[in-house]
Amino acid sequence: MTPRPFVDIAAQVGMSPEEVISRVDRWKQEGTIRRFGAMVRHQRLGYTANAMSAWDVPEGRSEEVGRILAAAPEVSHCYERTRAEQWDFNVFAMIHGGSPEECEKVAADLARKTGIENYSLLYSSREFKKISMKYFIE
Amino acid sequence: MDEINKQLITLIQSDFPITDRPYAAIGRQLGISEQEVISRIEEIMKSGEIRRLGASFDSRRLGYTSTLCALHVPREKLEKAVAAINSYHNVTHNYERNHYYNVWFTLIAPSRERIGEILMEIEKAAGVGPVLDLPATRLFKIQVDLPMI
Repeated sequence: MTPRPFVDIAAQVGMSPEEVISRVDRWKQEGTIRRFGAMVRHQRLGYTANAMSAWDVPEGRSEEVGRILAAAPEVSHCYERTRAEQWDFNVFAMIHGGSPEECEKVAADLARKTGIENYSLLYSSREFKKISMKYFIE
Repeated sequence: MDEINKQLITLIQSDFPITDRPYAAIGRQLGISEQEVISRIEEIMKSGEIRRLGASFDSRRLGYTSTLCALHVPREKLEKAVAAINSYHNVTHNYERNHYYNVWFTLIAPSRERIGEILMEIEKAAGVGPVLDLPATRLFKIQVDLPMI
């Protein structure tokens, strides 16, 4: 690592460092860059259990329920997704905790708050891959 | 992990300075030198708690589309299926989960057509499927930093 990382990037892409900084800044402000910083491995920081919670939410309630799930600090991601055959659930929330019991407690609490009774917690037992996407390399 | 490292990770997770000398700016906030910031980050990266330092793009704004995929893979086909799935740079996350659908991966591609192609190729290569293709229809929360514990 060097003290002036944007100077290094500028040299690689043939721009001035000021140009690189202003582009990154602009992309951040307009949302093209969602976040700029450190990507942490949650498991190494004590979040040893991560549960993908999946909820069967009536279509008319997904906005309201999604907001309730997303408001929990233990939830890092929350989406509504299309339904599929042989899969009952349409709203997903990633719950992070120190143990499966903690995740279950968070989910039970969210079930009470939302009134959604049909949900399932899927724990990851192995990580086969985790990378950041590289765009425009096709 | 000491208190300064916790503060450092909290700070650079969400608020990395986009300036000529970012580590000097971080150092001023934490009351340590630029060089100490750099060596602490290097150490944290080496120990694996930070996986990468940089930009995370909104794939939709770059014209890409993404989906979550689920697949039932019998034990004897698992190795082959995982190798086929992981061979695509479009696959960013892939986990085994405790469910009938035991393999879950995310896919980012320039078009829905390309996603369809990749899923067909995976099904064919590993003799598995059909893959459940579950694109998001609404986003309520994306990749929010968790508090340091």
